[in-house]
Amino acid sequence: MPTLTIDGKTITVEPGTNLIQAAEKLGIAIPYYCYHPGLSIAGNCRICLVKMEKSPKPIIACQTLCQEGMVVDASSPEVGKLRQAVLEFLLINHPLDCPVCDQAGECWLQDYYMEFGLYDPKFNEQKVKKHFKATPIGPTVTLDSERCILCSRCVRFTDEISKTHELGIFDRGDHSEIGIYPGKELRNNYSGNVVDICPVGALTDRDFRFKCRVWYLTSTDSICPGCSNGCNIQIHVNRERPHHAKGERVMRLKPRYNAEVNQWWMCDAGRYGYKFIDKDRILIPERREGSLFKEEEWEKLLGSLASSIAALFERYEQNALGICLSPQLSNEDLFMAKKFFEEQLGLPQITVLSPSPEGDQDDFLIKSDKNPNTRGALALGLSKVSFEEIIQRIQKGKIKGLYLFGQDLLALLGESKAKEIFGKLELIIFQGSNQNATSKLAHVVLPSATYAEKDGTFTNHAGRVQRFWKALEPLGQSLPDGEILRRLASEMGTLLEFETPEAIFEDLAQSIAAFRGLSYASLGQEGKLLPDGGKVVARAVRHEKEDSRE
Amino acid sequence: MSTKVMHHRPLNFWERIYVPEVARGLWVTSRHFARNLFIHTAHRLGLLKHLQAAVTIQYPEEVRPYAERLRTRHRLTQREDGSPRCVACMMCETVCPAKCIYIVAEEDPDPNIEKRPKSFDIDLGVCVYCGYCVEVCPEDAIRMDTKIMNIASYSREGMWYNMDRLLHPEKEGDVLLKPKT
Repeated sequence: MPTLTIDGKTITVEPGTNLIQAAEKLGIAIPYYCYHPGLSIAGNCRICLVKMEKSPKPIIACQTLCQEGMVVDASSPEVGKLRQAVLEFLLINHPLDCPVCDQAGECWLQDYYMEFGLYDPKFNEQKVKKHFKATPIGPTVTLDSERCILCSRCVRFTDEISKTHELGIFDRGDHSEIGIYPGKELRNNYSGNVVDICPVGALTDRDFRFKCRVWYLTSTDSICPGCSNGCNIQIHVNRERPHHAKGERVMRLKPRYNAEVNQWWMCDAGRYGYKFIDKDRILIPERREGSLFKEEEWEKLLGSLASSIAALFERYEQNALGICLSPQLSNEDLFMAKKFFEEQLGLPQITVLSPSPEGDQDDFLIKSDKNPNTRGALALGLSKVSFEEIIQRIQKGKIKGLYLFGQDLLALLGESKAKEIFGKLELIIFQGSNQNATSKLAHVVLPSATYAEKDGTFTNHAGRVQRFWKALEPLGQSLPDGEILRRLASEMGTLLEFETPEAIFEDLAQSIAAFRGLSYASLGQEGKLLPDGGKVVARAVRHEKEDSRE
Repeated sequence: MSTKVMHHRPLNFWERIYVPEVARGLWVTSRHFARNLFIHTAHRLGLLKHLQAAVTIQYPEEVRPYAERLRTRHRLTQREDGSPRCVACMMCETVCPAKCIYIVAEEDPDPNIEKRPKSFDIDLGVCVYCGYCVEVCPEDAIRMDTKIMNIASYSREGMWYNMDRLLHPEKEGDVLLKPKT
């Protein structure tokens, strides 16, 4: 355990810690471009120069490991002079593109120039023209090699993380530039990450291109709902200037560091999978009369829905209503559903049905289960029967009503089979955020909020319960799923009184053994594993998979 | 802040007896009237042009000359080919204290320009004419030097100026009042 002194402060660190990390622990920010904690050390940007006692020349902090007795000067005016000189060299071929550059506002060149800038530049030679100016190099990324400072972060990313080796540095000296190997393009499942790690505007996102300036964005921590990995993300919302992207509110998603889940990265499917939040949403509660939909007030619609359900129970029995919960719902919403459907109405026909079939999987972040909360649904013990059983009972005429949570049965079962099943049902309730073929055939449509519009928790594939925060107000008249169930319950004469998702989670942690001892406070930003290590649940997952194979 | 206390000068005897002061006021007014009547009549006859009479400017037939630095209605400057110089960097939109500038950006086919405004609207009904947009512009793309002051409309929508109107203030020249030079 080496002990060293940085700027007069002493710290003892783990062996193998470099000077940047040690300084960070002391609250001293050493600037860097090429260093990235998730990548190998390149040591080529030179901006992290520091002075060290008994060293004849300045050294770079990223490459230097802490040794016993080091005395480092990381922020004196002389060190600032060194960095100023380095920055002058880095900017030799950099164009004055800031007004048109999407990176402006979160650009590390701008940030460090504010601190170490040479405001009276001496350089008056011709800038070297590079080959790529605003050139798309793949489906997601635009390259502008004039802006590049050749830190090689993106090259190391494609070599070490995505292992796809598309990018390289070509030519020599002043003419060096980042480029794509001949005949290739930057097309892999993690390509969007090179935009995040590019400290300048050389690699920018084609999806975000010119949509909004970054200083208009507000950021909210969240969890990606794209698969069961539960990558930690930030939702970037444009609240101030709705005219910029035709009223779309969510501008982009960015990964958020979580050592246990996704480190610094996220996949492209998750990164660009936010469009449903602003597109094709169901905005107003509706009830079908004949072939037309009639828009109704929440209260009136839920009142008539409650009497329809009561009438259904009267005509047949409690078994006549099938419930298809979705693993897209949060733990809190599912717990409300459990309380309402299972405990208060005593319905036996409850299942958890994924709205999407299993997809691809890899050995890094992408999981085949495309739902964020399958583990949570299983831990809550919500799958009483299988979906196949519900279908069989509908075909036998035992189930007469079906309550869907966003699933499109036409896509899952095929159009003819789904329509045949719908023909046997007297009441189809569709509660979901987005329109699909099934929502157009339902009798009652209840608009629900997306994950970005509510607070809650998801349980990922490893049993890690992670919190997500509300980034936006629900669009139109939509409401969080738990709130819809609470209102429906009170229309049906039962009570589900919870003020906040936090109160729901508190009750959940008390009454469900798998979640015992957890609370929003203890989850924090990183989330927490289910207390039993999720062993019981893991067995249930296996069981479920075997079921689905049969 | 310190307060300065002002004391009125007490009226003297001559002022306090009132009537002489009234007479003096009448004399001042009559003198101006007679002088203006005389000089305006002379102007009509083409005489005494070097003397100035009453200072009323007969707006809108006459317009007071504006100062060079006066901030008047905005315009967008153009490149040689007539396209706007604006690159939609959103600086003016960001700095605007009234939030009356609305820009939507798009890709310019020329990779050396890269970005251009798809639409550029200013709501002049909200603008406070502070001139920050001109000051902050890195491309000299917006100026407030049209000398157009009479901006009026029968509706709020009419106060919205789109990119075309901002690029071509001269198109509205015939209905505009310009100071005599």
